[in-house]
Amino acid sequence: MIVELSYLIAASLFILGLRRLSSPATARSGNLLGAAGMLLAVLATLVHQDILSYSWILVGIFLGSAAGAVLARTVKMTAMPQMVGILNGFGGGASTLVAASEYLRTPTGRPVDVSVSIALSVLIGAVTFSGSMVAAGKLQELITGRAVTYPLQKTGNALLFLGILALGGYLLGSSFHPGWLTLLTVLCLLLGVLLVIPIGGADMPVVISLLNSYSGLAGATTGFVLHNNALIISGALVGASGIILTRIMCKAMNRSLANVIFGAFGARPVAVAGATADGRVARDITVEDAAVLLGYARSVIVVPGYGMAVSQAQHNVRELADLLEARGVDVKYAIHPVAGRMPGHMNVLLAEANVPYPKLYEMERVNPEFERTDVALVIGANDVVNPAARSNPASPIYGMPILDVDRARSVVVMKRSMNPGFAGIDNELFYQDNTRMLFGDARDSLGKLAVALKAM
Amino acid sequence: MPEALLVSIYVFVLALFVGVEVITKVPQILHTPLMSGSNAISGITIVGALLIAGRVESPLSVVLGVFAVVQAMINVVGGFLVTDRMLQMFKKKQDGGPA
Repeated sequence: MIVELSYLIAASLFILGLRRLSSPATARSGNLLGAAGMLLAVLATLVHQDILSYSWILVGIFLGSAAGAVLARTVKMTAMPQMVGILNGFGGGASTLVAASEYLRTPTGRPVDVSVSIALSVLIGAVTFSGSMVAAGKLQELITGRAVTYPLQKTGNALLFLGILALGGYLLGSSFHPGWLTLLTVLCLLLGVLLVIPIGGADMPVVISLLNSYSGLAGATTGFVLHNNALIISGALVGASGIILTRIMCKAMNRSLANVIFGAFGARPVAVAGATADGRVARDITVEDAAVLLGYARSVIVVPGYGMAVSQAQHNVRELADLLEARGVDVKYAIHPVAGRMPGHMNVLLAEANVPYPKLYEMERVNPEFERTDVALVIGANDVVNPAARSNPASPIYGMPILDVDRARSVVVMKRSMNPGFAGIDNELFYQDNTRMLFGDARDSLGKLAVALKAM
Repeated sequence: MPEALLVSIYVFVLALFVGVEVITKVPQILHTPLMSGSNAISGITIVGALLIAGRVESPLSVVLGVFAVVQAMINVVGGFLVTDRMLQMFKKKQDGGPA
Protein backbone atom coordinates (compact mmCIF):
# COMPACT_ATOMS: atom_id res chain seq x y z
CA MET A 1 0.00 0.00 0.00
CA ILE A 2 2.72 2.48 0.99
CA VAL A 3 4.77 1.33 -1.98
CA GLU A 4 1.82 1.90 -4.31
CA LEU A 5 1.18 5.36 -2.89
CA SER A 6 4.83 6.24 -3.32
CA TYR A 7 4.56 5.31 -7.00
CA LEU A 8 1.54 7.58 -7.33
CA ILE A 9 3.45 10.46 -5.76
CA ALA A 10 6.42 9.76 -8.03
CA ALA A 11 4.21 9.84 -11.13
CA SER A 12 2.63 13.10 -9.97
CA LEU A 13 6.07 14.61 -9.44
CA PHE A 14 7.00 13.65 -13.01
CA ILE A 15 3.96 15.47 -14.35
CA LEU A 16 4.57 18.55 -12.21
CA GLY A 17 8.22 18.51 -13.22
CA LEU A 18 7.43 18.35 -16.92
CA ARG A 19 4.97 21.21 -16.49
CA ARG A 20 7.75 23.38 -15.11
CA LEU A 21 9.64 22.86 -18.37
CA SER A 22 7.24 25.35 -19.95
CA SER A 23 9.64 28.18 -19.11
CA PRO A 24 13.43 28.35 -18.90
CA ALA A 25 13.06 30.17 -15.57
CA THR A 26 11.34 27.23 -13.84
CA ALA A 27 12.75 24.37 -15.89
CA ARG A 28 15.64 23.52 -13.61
CA SER A 29 13.40 23.10 -10.58
CA GLY A 30 11.13 20.94 -12.74
CA ASN A 31 13.98 18.60 -13.52
CA LEU A 32 14.76 18.38 -9.81
CA LEU A 33 11.13 17.47 -9.06
CA GLY A 34 11.39 14.67 -11.59
CA ALA A 35 14.62 13.43 -10.02
CA ALA A 36 12.98 13.52 -6.58
CA GLY A 37 10.10 11.45 -7.93
CA MET A 38 12.54 8.91 -9.31
CA LEU A 39 14.41 8.69 -6.02
CA LEU A 40 11.14 8.09 -4.21
CA ALA A 41 10.15 5.34 -6.65
CA VAL A 42 13.52 3.62 -6.27
CA LEU A 43 13.45 3.80 -2.46
CA ALA A 44 9.87 2.50 -2.34
CA THR A 45 10.84 -0.42 -4.55
CA LEU A 46 13.86 -1.27 -2.42
CA VAL A 47 11.66 -1.84 0.64
CA HIS A 48 9.35 -4.08 -1.43
CA GLN A 49 8.80 -7.45 0.21
CA ASP A 50 9.78 -9.37 -2.93
CA ILE A 51 13.34 -8.16 -2.76
CA LEU A 52 15.41 -10.75 -0.96
CA SER A 53 18.97 -9.79 -1.69
CA TYR A 54 20.53 -6.39 -1.99
CA SER A 55 24.12 -7.22 -2.83
CA TRP A 56 23.71 -7.49 -6.60
CA ILE A 57 21.25 -4.62 -6.71
CA LEU A 58 23.75 -2.34 -5.05
CA VAL A 59 26.45 -3.42 -7.49
CA GLY A 60 24.13 -2.60 -10.39
CA ILE A 61 23.04 0.72 -8.92
CA PHE A 62 26.62 1.73 -8.26
CA LEU A 63 27.90 0.79 -11.72
CA GLY A 64 24.97 2.41 -13.54
CA SER A 65 25.05 5.59 -11.47
CA ALA A 66 28.80 5.98 -11.88
CA ALA A 67 28.66 5.46 -15.63
CA GLY A 68 25.68 7.80 -15.97
CA ALA A 69 27.30 10.51 -13.86
CA VAL A 70 30.58 10.36 -15.77
CA LEU A 71 28.75 10.51 -19.10
CA ALA A 72 26.60 13.43 -17.98
CA ARG A 73 29.51 15.43 -16.58
CA THR A 74 31.97 14.93 -19.40
CA VAL A 75 29.84 14.97 -22.55
CA LYS A 76 30.37 18.02 -24.73
CA MET A 77 27.30 20.11 -25.49
CA THR A 78 27.97 19.60 -29.20
CA ALA A 79 27.69 15.84 -28.61
CA MET A 80 24.30 16.09 -26.91
CA PRO A 81 22.39 14.36 -29.75
CA GLN A 82 24.57 11.25 -29.36
CA MET A 83 24.16 11.40 -25.59
CA VAL A 84 20.38 11.50 -25.80
CA GLY A 85 20.51 8.67 -28.34
CA ILE A 86 22.57 6.50 -26.01
CA LEU A 87 20.30 7.25 -23.04
CA ASN A 88 17.24 6.34 -25.11
CA GLY A 89 18.94 3.09 -26.02
CA PHE A 90 19.68 2.10 -22.43
CA GLY A 91 16.05 2.78 -21.48
CA GLY A 92 14.94 0.42 -24.23
CA GLY A 93 17.54 -2.16 -23.28
CA ALA A 94 16.41 -2.20 -19.66
CA SER A 95 12.79 -2.75 -20.73
CA THR A 96 13.78 -5.69 -22.92
CA LEU A 97 15.73 -7.34 -20.11
CA VAL A 98 12.92 -6.87 -17.59
CA ALA A 99 10.36 -8.35 -19.98
CA ALA A 100 12.62 -11.28 -20.85
CA SER A 101 13.18 -12.02 -17.16
CA GLU A 102 9.44 -12.02 -16.52
CA TYR A 103 9.06 -14.54 -19.32
CA LEU A 104 11.69 -16.81 -17.80
CA ARG A 105 10.18 -16.43 -14.34
CA THR A 106 6.71 -17.59 -15.37
CA PRO A 107 7.08 -20.79 -17.41
CA THR A 108 3.42 -21.70 -16.88
CA GLY A 109 0.15 -20.06 -16.04
CA ARG A 110 1.00 -16.67 -17.50
CA PRO A 111 -2.14 -14.68 -18.43
CA VAL A 112 -2.47 -13.84 -22.12
CA ASP A 113 -2.32 -10.08 -21.60
CA VAL A 114 1.00 -10.40 -19.78
CA SER A 115 2.36 -12.54 -22.61
CA VAL A 116 1.33 -9.94 -25.18
CA SER A 117 2.91 -7.20 -23.07
CA ILE A 118 6.15 -9.18 -22.79
CA ALA A 119 6.34 -9.64 -26.55
CA LEU A 120 5.64 -5.95 -27.18
CA SER A 121 8.11 -4.90 -24.54
CA VAL A 122 10.85 -7.06 -26.07
CA LEU A 123 10.03 -5.77 -29.55
CA ILE A 124 9.91 -2.05 -28.75
CA GLY A 125 12.73 -2.20 -26.22
CA ALA A 126 15.14 -4.07 -28.48
CA VAL A 127 14.39 -1.91 -31.52
CA THR A 128 14.93 1.19 -29.36
CA PHE A 129 18.22 -0.17 -28.05
CA SER A 130 19.87 -1.12 -31.33
CA GLY A 131 18.29 1.73 -33.30
CA SER A 132 19.52 4.29 -30.77
CA MET A 133 23.02 2.87 -30.76
CA VAL A 134 23.18 3.04 -34.57
CA ALA A 135 21.83 6.60 -34.50
CA ALA A 136 24.43 7.57 -31.90
CA GLY A 137 27.13 5.90 -33.99
CA LYS A 138 26.05 7.92 -37.02
CA LEU A 139 26.02 11.16 -35.04
CA GLN A 140 29.46 10.43 -33.61
CA GLU A 141 30.54 9.55 -37.17
CA LEU A 142 31.67 6.10 -36.12
CA ILE A 143 29.54 4.93 -39.02
CA THR A 144 28.64 6.88 -42.14
CA GLY A 145 26.13 9.65 -41.64
CA ARG A 146 24.82 9.12 -45.14
CA ALA A 147 21.75 7.05 -45.80
CA VAL A 148 22.81 3.44 -46.41
CA THR A 149 20.65 1.80 -49.04
CA TYR A 150 20.71 -1.51 -50.89
CA PRO A 151 18.33 -3.34 -53.20
CA LEU A 152 15.13 -4.79 -51.72
CA GLN A 153 15.81 -2.95 -48.45
CA LYS A 154 12.18 -2.17 -47.66
CA THR A 155 11.01 -5.63 -48.72
CA GLY A 156 13.65 -7.22 -46.51
CA ASN A 157 12.68 -5.08 -43.53
CA ALA A 158 8.99 -5.78 -44.07
CA LEU A 159 9.66 -9.53 -44.19
CA LEU A 160 11.77 -9.31 -41.05
CA PHE A 161 8.99 -7.43 -39.27
CA LEU A 162 6.40 -10.01 -40.36
CA GLY A 163 8.74 -12.76 -39.19
CA ILE A 164 9.02 -11.06 -35.80
CA LEU A 165 5.23 -10.79 -35.53
CA ALA A 166 4.81 -14.45 -36.46
CA LEU A 167 7.44 -15.59 -33.98
CA GLY A 168 5.95 -13.36 -31.28
CA GLY A 169 2.50 -14.82 -31.94
CA TYR A 170 3.86 -18.34 -31.85
CA LEU A 171 5.55 -17.66 -28.51
CA LEU A 172 2.25 -16.40 -27.08
CA GLY A 173 0.31 -19.44 -28.13
CA SER A 174 2.82 -22.12 -27.27
CA SER A 175 4.38 -23.34 -24.08
CA PHE A 176 7.70 -22.24 -22.62
CA HIS A 177 10.52 -21.70 -25.18
CA PRO A 178 13.43 -19.59 -23.87
CA GLY A 179 15.39 -20.32 -27.08
CA TRP A 180 12.69 -18.79 -29.24
CA LEU A 181 12.54 -15.74 -27.01
CA THR A 182 16.28 -15.26 -27.50
CA LEU A 183 15.82 -15.55 -31.26
CA LEU A 184 12.97 -13.03 -31.10
CA THR A 185 15.19 -10.58 -29.22
CA VAL A 186 18.02 -10.98 -31.72
CA LEU A 187 15.66 -10.42 -34.66
CA CYS A 188 14.25 -7.29 -33.00
CA LEU A 189 17.77 -5.95 -32.42
CA LEU A 190 18.51 -6.57 -36.10
CA LEU A 191 15.32 -4.76 -37.10
CA GLY A 192 16.37 -1.71 -35.07
CA VAL A 193 19.70 -1.55 -36.91
CA LEU A 194 18.15 -2.01 -40.34
CA LEU A 195 15.46 0.61 -39.72
CA VAL A 196 17.96 3.34 -38.81
CA ILE A 197 20.82 2.80 -41.30
CA PRO A 198 18.84 4.08 -44.31
CA ILE A 199 18.18 7.39 -42.55
CA GLY A 200 20.61 10.22 -43.28
CA GLY A 201 22.23 12.55 -40.76
CA ALA A 202 20.06 15.59 -41.47
CA ASP A 203 16.97 13.55 -40.60
CA MET A 204 18.40 12.64 -37.20
CA PRO A 205 16.21 15.15 -35.28
CA VAL A 206 13.21 13.07 -36.33
CA VAL A 207 14.86 9.74 -35.55
CA ILE A 208 16.05 10.82 -32.11
CA SER A 209 12.58 12.13 -31.28
CA LEU A 210 10.96 8.94 -32.48
CA LEU A 211 13.36 6.74 -30.49
CA ASN A 212 12.66 8.96 -27.48
CA SER A 213 9.00 8.13 -27.91
CA TYR A 214 9.79 4.39 -28.27
CA SER A 215 11.83 4.40 -25.07
CA GLY A 216 8.75 5.72 -23.29
CA LEU A 217 6.43 3.19 -24.90
CA ALA A 218 8.86 0.40 -24.01
CA GLY A 219 8.64 1.52 -20.38
CA ALA A 220 4.84 1.59 -20.56
CA THR A 221 4.63 -1.95 -21.98
CA THR A 222 6.94 -3.10 -19.18
CA GLY A 223 4.41 -1.50 -16.86
CA PHE A 224 1.72 -3.71 -18.39
CA VAL A 225 3.97 -6.74 -17.85
CA LEU A 226 4.47 -5.93 -14.17
CA HIS A 227 1.02 -4.38 -13.56
CA ASN A 228 2.81 -1.26 -12.35
CA ASN A 229 1.00 2.04 -12.88
CA ALA A 230 4.07 4.19 -12.23
CA LEU A 231 5.73 2.65 -15.27
CA ILE A 232 2.58 2.96 -17.36
CA ILE A 233 2.09 6.65 -16.53
CA SER A 234 5.74 7.61 -16.96
CA GLY A 235 6.02 5.63 -20.17
CA ALA A 236 2.90 7.29 -21.56
CA LEU A 237 4.25 10.76 -20.69
CA VAL A 238 7.54 10.12 -22.44
CA GLY A 239 5.82 8.42 -25.35
CA ALA A 240 3.60 11.47 -25.81
CA SER A 241 6.57 13.80 -25.56
CA GLY A 242 8.49 11.92 -28.25
CA ILE A 243 5.49 11.79 -30.56
CA ILE A 244 4.91 15.54 -30.24
CA LEU A 245 8.57 16.33 -30.95
CA THR A 246 8.53 13.94 -33.90
CA ARG A 247 5.51 15.73 -35.35
CA ILE A 248 7.10 19.16 -34.85
CA MET A 249 10.28 18.00 -36.59
CA CYS A 250 8.41 16.47 -39.52
CA LYS A 251 6.35 19.62 -39.94
CA ALA A 252 9.50 21.75 -39.87
CA MET A 253 10.85 19.69 -42.76
CA ASN A 254 7.51 19.50 -44.56
CA ARG A 255 7.82 15.74 -44.78
CA SER A 256 5.74 12.87 -43.55
CA LEU A 257 7.12 10.52 -40.94
CA ALA A 258 6.95 7.69 -43.49
CA ASN A 259 9.03 9.76 -45.91
CA VAL A 260 11.69 10.40 -43.28
CA ILE A 261 11.89 6.77 -42.22
CA PHE A 262 11.67 5.13 -45.64
CA GLY A 263 12.68 7.96 -47.97
CA ALA A 264 16.49 7.48 -47.60
CA PHE A 265 16.90 11.23 -47.99
CA GLY A 266 20.50 12.20 -48.62
CA ALA A 267 21.65 8.83 -49.97
CA ARG A 268 23.27 10.65 -52.89
CA PRO A 269 23.33 14.22 -54.14
CA VAL A 270 20.26 15.15 -56.13
CA ALA A 271 20.68 17.07 -59.35
CA VAL A 272 18.06 19.78 -59.50
CA ALA A 273 17.28 21.22 -62.91
CA GLY A 274 17.63 24.96 -63.18
CA ALA A 275 19.48 25.55 -59.96
CA THR A 276 23.08 24.97 -61.01
CA ALA A 277 23.17 24.82 -64.77
CA ASP A 278 23.21 28.52 -65.55
CA GLY A 279 26.80 29.09 -64.45
CA ARG A 280 26.13 31.67 -61.76
CA VAL A 281 29.00 32.53 -59.49
CA ALA A 282 28.85 33.09 -55.77
CA ARG A 283 30.79 36.17 -54.67
CA ASP A 284 33.07 35.92 -51.72
CA ILE A 285 34.02 38.58 -49.23
CA THR A 286 37.15 39.24 -47.20
CA VAL A 287 37.13 39.16 -43.42
CA GLU A 288 37.84 42.91 -43.31
CA ASP A 289 34.92 43.78 -45.60
CA ALA A 290 32.62 41.50 -43.63
CA ALA A 291 33.71 43.19 -40.40
CA VAL A 292 32.88 46.61 -41.87
CA LEU A 293 29.51 45.35 -43.10
CA LEU A 294 28.65 43.95 -39.66
CA GLY A 295 30.22 46.71 -37.61
CA TYR A 296 28.30 49.52 -39.31
CA ALA A 297 24.98 47.68 -39.40
CA ARG A 298 22.11 48.67 -37.15
CA SER A 299 20.71 45.19 -36.87
CA VAL A 300 22.17 41.73 -37.37
CA ILE A 301 20.44 38.38 -37.20
CA VAL A 302 22.70 35.37 -36.62
CA VAL A 303 21.47 32.12 -38.17
CA PRO A 304 23.37 29.14 -36.73
CA GLY A 305 23.30 25.66 -38.23
CA TYR A 306 24.99 22.31 -37.85
CA GLY A 307 28.25 23.84 -39.13
CA MET A 308 28.45 25.92 -35.95
CA ALA A 309 28.18 22.74 -33.87
CA VAL A 310 30.77 20.90 -35.97
CA SER A 311 33.40 23.61 -35.55
CA GLN A 312 32.33 24.23 -31.90
CA ALA A 313 32.03 27.90 -32.74
CA GLN A 314 29.27 28.87 -30.28
CA HIS A 315 31.60 30.75 -27.94
CA ASN A 316 33.11 32.67 -30.84
CA VAL A 317 29.63 33.57 -32.05
CA ARG A 318 28.85 35.03 -28.63
CA GLU A 319 32.14 36.91 -28.60
CA LEU A 320 31.39 38.45 -31.99
CA ALA A 321 27.88 39.37 -30.88
CA ASP A 322 29.30 41.05 -27.76
CA LEU A 323 31.60 43.18 -29.89
CA LEU A 324 28.75 44.13 -32.19
CA GLU A 325 26.46 45.00 -29.31
CA ALA A 326 29.20 47.14 -27.77
CA ARG A 327 29.09 49.10 -31.03
CA GLY A 328 25.33 49.54 -30.68
CA VAL A 329 24.29 46.87 -33.16
CA ASP A 330 21.08 45.03 -32.36
CA VAL A 331 21.84 41.27 -32.45
CA LYS A 332 19.25 38.50 -32.56
CA TYR A 333 19.53 34.77 -33.18
CA ALA A 334 17.18 32.94 -35.53
CA ILE A 335 16.71 29.26 -34.72
CA HIS A 336 15.15 26.90 -37.23
CA PRO A 337 13.40 23.95 -35.54
CA VAL A 338 15.54 21.37 -37.37
CA ALA A 339 18.84 23.26 -37.31
CA GLY A 340 21.42 20.82 -35.97
CA ARG A 341 20.93 17.17 -35.24
CA MET A 342 18.23 17.15 -32.58
CA PRO A 343 15.32 19.32 -31.43
CA GLY A 344 16.65 22.38 -29.62
CA HIS A 345 20.30 21.60 -30.46
CA MET A 346 21.26 25.20 -31.36
CA ASN A 347 19.56 26.65 -28.27
CA VAL A 348 21.61 24.46 -25.95
CA LEU A 349 24.87 25.38 -27.66
CA LEU A 350 24.14 29.11 -27.52
CA ALA A 351 23.01 28.83 -23.91
CA GLU A 352 26.33 27.13 -23.17
CA ALA A 353 28.06 30.15 -24.71
CA ASN A 354 26.11 32.34 -22.31
CA VAL A 355 23.76 33.87 -24.87
CA PRO A 356 20.68 35.08 -22.95
CA TYR A 357 17.65 33.08 -24.08
CA PRO A 358 15.38 36.08 -24.80
CA LYS A 359 17.66 36.72 -27.80
CA LEU A 360 16.92 33.33 -29.33
CA TYR A 361 14.02 33.68 -31.75
CA GLU A 362 11.86 30.91 -33.16
CA MET A 363 11.24 30.85 -36.89
CA GLU A 364 7.71 32.25 -36.94
CA ARG A 365 8.68 35.14 -34.70
CA VAL A 366 11.86 36.13 -36.52
CA ASN A 367 10.85 35.72 -40.16
CA PRO A 368 9.03 39.08 -40.42
CA GLU A 369 12.16 40.74 -39.01
CA PHE A 370 14.52 39.83 -41.84
CA GLU A 371 13.33 42.48 -44.29
CA ARG A 372 14.04 45.12 -41.64
CA THR A 373 17.47 43.69 -40.90
CA ASP A 374 20.77 45.01 -42.27
CA VAL A 375 22.82 41.84 -42.19
CA ALA A 376 21.86 38.20 -41.82
CA LEU A 377 24.92 36.20 -40.74
CA VAL A 378 24.50 32.53 -41.68
CA ILE A 379 26.91 30.25 -39.81
CA GLY A 380 27.03 26.73 -41.16
CA ALA A 381 23.35 26.53 -42.01
CA ASN A 382 22.28 25.58 -45.50
CA ASP A 383 19.06 23.80 -46.33
CA VAL A 384 17.07 25.71 -43.69
CA VAL A 385 17.86 29.01 -45.47
CA ASN A 386 17.47 27.83 -49.08
CA PRO A 387 14.87 30.00 -50.84
CA ALA A 388 14.25 27.14 -53.28
CA ALA A 389 12.01 25.76 -50.54
CA ARG A 390 9.66 28.68 -51.27
CA SER A 391 10.13 29.15 -54.99
CA ASN A 392 11.26 26.01 -56.79
CA PRO A 393 8.61 23.26 -56.93
CA ALA A 394 11.23 20.92 -58.45
CA SER A 395 13.41 21.11 -55.37
CA PRO A 396 13.35 18.17 -52.95
CA ILE A 397 12.91 20.60 -50.08
CA TYR A 398 10.10 22.57 -51.76
CA GLY A 399 7.45 23.49 -49.18
CA MET A 400 9.74 23.19 -46.18
CA PRO A 401 9.36 26.24 -43.91
CA ILE A 402 12.63 28.19 -44.00
CA LEU A 403 14.18 31.22 -42.39
CA ASP A 404 13.68 34.12 -44.83
CA VAL A 405 17.33 35.10 -44.70
CA ASP A 406 17.34 36.16 -48.36
CA ARG A 407 15.07 39.10 -47.50
CA ALA A 408 17.66 40.80 -45.33
CA ARG A 409 19.44 43.79 -46.90
CA SER A 410 22.66 41.82 -47.07
CA VAL A 411 23.57 38.27 -46.27
CA VAL A 412 26.94 36.91 -45.19
CA VAL A 413 27.23 33.14 -45.41
CA MET A 414 30.05 31.46 -43.48
CA LYS A 415 30.76 28.11 -45.02
CA ARG A 416 33.67 25.76 -45.46
CA SER A 417 33.26 25.36 -49.22
CA MET A 418 30.65 25.52 -51.95
CA ASN A 419 29.72 21.87 -51.31
CA PRO A 420 25.96 21.50 -51.23
CA GLY A 421 24.28 20.88 -47.90
CA PHE A 422 23.11 17.60 -46.52
CA ALA A 423 20.15 17.24 -48.84
CA GLY A 424 22.67 17.61 -51.69
CA ILE A 425 20.83 20.60 -53.09
CA ASP A 426 22.45 23.71 -54.47
CA ASN A 427 21.46 26.81 -52.52
CA GLU A 428 20.11 29.74 -54.53
CA LEU A 429 20.80 32.04 -51.61
CA PHE A 430 24.53 31.89 -52.37
CA TYR A 431 24.05 33.42 -55.84
CA GLN A 432 21.87 36.33 -54.81
CA ASP A 433 23.07 39.88 -55.45
CA ASN A 434 22.95 40.73 -51.74
CA THR A 435 24.84 37.60 -50.62
CA ARG A 436 28.55 37.33 -49.92
CA MET A 437 30.37 34.13 -49.01
CA LEU A 438 32.97 34.04 -46.25
CA PHE A 439 34.79 30.76 -46.81
CA GLY A 440 36.64 28.89 -44.08
CA ASP A 441 36.11 27.08 -40.81
CA ALA A 442 33.41 28.92 -38.84
CA ARG A 443 35.39 29.22 -35.63
CA ASP A 444 38.46 30.43 -37.48
CA SER A 445 36.53 33.02 -39.48
CA LEU A 446 34.64 34.26 -36.41
CA GLY A 447 37.94 34.74 -34.58
CA LYS A 448 39.35 36.79 -37.46
CA LEU A 449 36.14 38.82 -37.67
CA ALA A 450 36.45 39.64 -33.98
CA VAL A 451 40.04 40.80 -34.45
CA ALA A 452 39.06 42.96 -37.43
CA LEU A 453 36.14 44.45 -35.49
CA LYS A 454 38.33 45.31 -32.53
CA ALA A 455 40.70 47.12 -34.88
CA MET A 456 37.91 49.28 -36.29
CA MET B 1 -10.85 -8.70 -20.65
CA PRO B 2 -9.44 -8.91 -17.11
CA GLU B 3 -10.39 -5.94 -15.00
CA ALA B 4 -6.80 -5.19 -13.97
CA LEU B 5 -5.80 -4.89 -17.62
CA LEU B 6 -8.73 -2.59 -18.33
CA VAL B 7 -7.68 -0.30 -15.49
CA SER B 8 -4.11 -0.30 -16.80
CA ILE B 9 -5.32 0.70 -20.25
CA TYR B 10 -7.40 3.50 -18.70
CA VAL B 11 -4.34 4.77 -16.85
CA PHE B 12 -2.21 4.58 -19.98
CA VAL B 13 -4.65 6.49 -22.20
CA LEU B 14 -5.34 9.19 -19.61
CA ALA B 15 -1.61 9.62 -18.99
CA LEU B 16 -1.08 10.03 -22.75
CA PHE B 17 -3.57 12.91 -22.74
CA VAL B 18 -1.87 14.51 -19.75
CA GLY B 19 1.46 14.10 -21.53
CA VAL B 20 0.22 15.81 -24.69
CA GLU B 21 -1.28 18.68 -22.66
CA VAL B 22 1.89 19.25 -20.65
CA ILE B 23 4.45 18.75 -23.41
CA THR B 24 2.82 21.02 -25.99
CA LYS B 25 3.50 23.89 -23.58
CA VAL B 26 7.26 23.32 -23.65
CA PRO B 27 8.89 26.02 -25.82
CA GLN B 28 11.17 25.13 -28.69
CA ILE B 29 14.28 26.45 -26.96
CA LEU B 30 13.90 23.77 -24.26
CA HIS B 31 13.36 20.84 -26.60
CA THR B 32 16.76 19.27 -25.97
CA PRO B 33 16.44 19.35 -22.15
CA LEU B 34 12.87 18.07 -22.62
CA MET B 35 14.20 15.04 -24.48
CA SER B 36 16.94 14.25 -21.99
CA GLY B 37 14.70 14.96 -19.00
CA SER B 38 11.76 12.92 -20.25
CA ASN B 39 14.26 10.26 -21.14
CA ALA B 40 15.41 10.14 -17.55
CA ILE B 41 11.77 9.71 -16.54
CA SER B 42 11.46 6.72 -18.86
CA GLY B 43 14.24 5.23 -16.76
CA ILE B 44 11.43 4.39 -14.33
CA THR B 45 11.95 0.90 -15.73
CA ILE B 46 14.50 0.79 -12.90
CA VAL B 47 11.58 -0.23 -10.69
CA GLY B 48 11.05 -3.41 -12.68
CA ALA B 49 14.76 -4.01 -12.95
CA LEU B 50 15.22 -3.79 -9.16
CA LEU B 51 12.43 -6.30 -8.56
CA ILE B 52 13.97 -8.78 -10.96
CA ALA B 53 17.50 -8.41 -9.67
CA GLY B 54 16.34 -8.66 -6.05
CA ARG B 55 14.18 -11.76 -6.28
CA VAL B 56 17.19 -14.05 -6.75
CA GLU B 57 15.28 -16.85 -8.45
CA SER B 58 18.02 -18.18 -10.68
CA PRO B 59 21.54 -17.11 -11.61
CA LEU B 60 20.22 -16.12 -15.04
CA SER B 61 17.51 -13.88 -13.59
CA VAL B 62 20.09 -12.16 -11.38
CA VAL B 63 22.39 -11.56 -14.37
CA LEU B 64 19.55 -10.18 -16.50
CA GLY B 65 18.31 -8.13 -13.56
CA VAL B 66 21.69 -6.59 -12.78
CA PHE B 67 22.21 -5.69 -16.45
CA ALA B 68 18.77 -4.10 -16.46
CA VAL B 69 19.57 -2.15 -13.27
CA VAL B 70 22.84 -0.88 -14.77
CA GLN B 71 21.18 0.27 -17.99
CA ALA B 72 18.23 1.87 -16.23
CA MET B 73 20.52 3.66 -13.75
CA ILE B 74 22.66 5.08 -16.57
CA ASN B 75 19.40 6.28 -18.08
CA VAL B 76 18.15 7.84 -14.83
CA VAL B 77 21.34 9.34 -13.40
CA GLY B 78 22.82 10.37 -16.76
CA GLY B 79 19.50 11.81 -17.91
CA PHE B 80 18.72 13.95 -14.86
CA LEU B 81 22.30 15.17 -14.43
CA VAL B 82 22.84 16.14 -18.05
CA THR B 83 19.47 17.88 -18.11
CA ASP B 84 20.41 19.85 -15.03
CA ARG B 85 23.74 20.75 -16.62
CA MET B 86 21.95 22.11 -19.66
CA LEU B 87 19.20 23.93 -17.82
CA GLN B 88 21.56 25.82 -15.56
CA MET B 89 23.03 27.38 -18.72
CA PHE B 90 19.77 28.99 -19.79
CA LYS B 91 19.90 32.51 -18.43
CA LYS B 92 17.81 35.55 -19.03
CA LYS B 93 20.66 38.04 -18.84
CA GLN B 94 24.31 37.87 -19.60
CA ASP B 95 26.11 37.45 -16.32
CA GLY B 96 29.71 37.28 -17.50
CA GLY B 97 30.07 33.81 -16.03
CA PRO B 98 32.24 31.13 -17.56
CA ALA B 99 31.77 31.19 -21.29
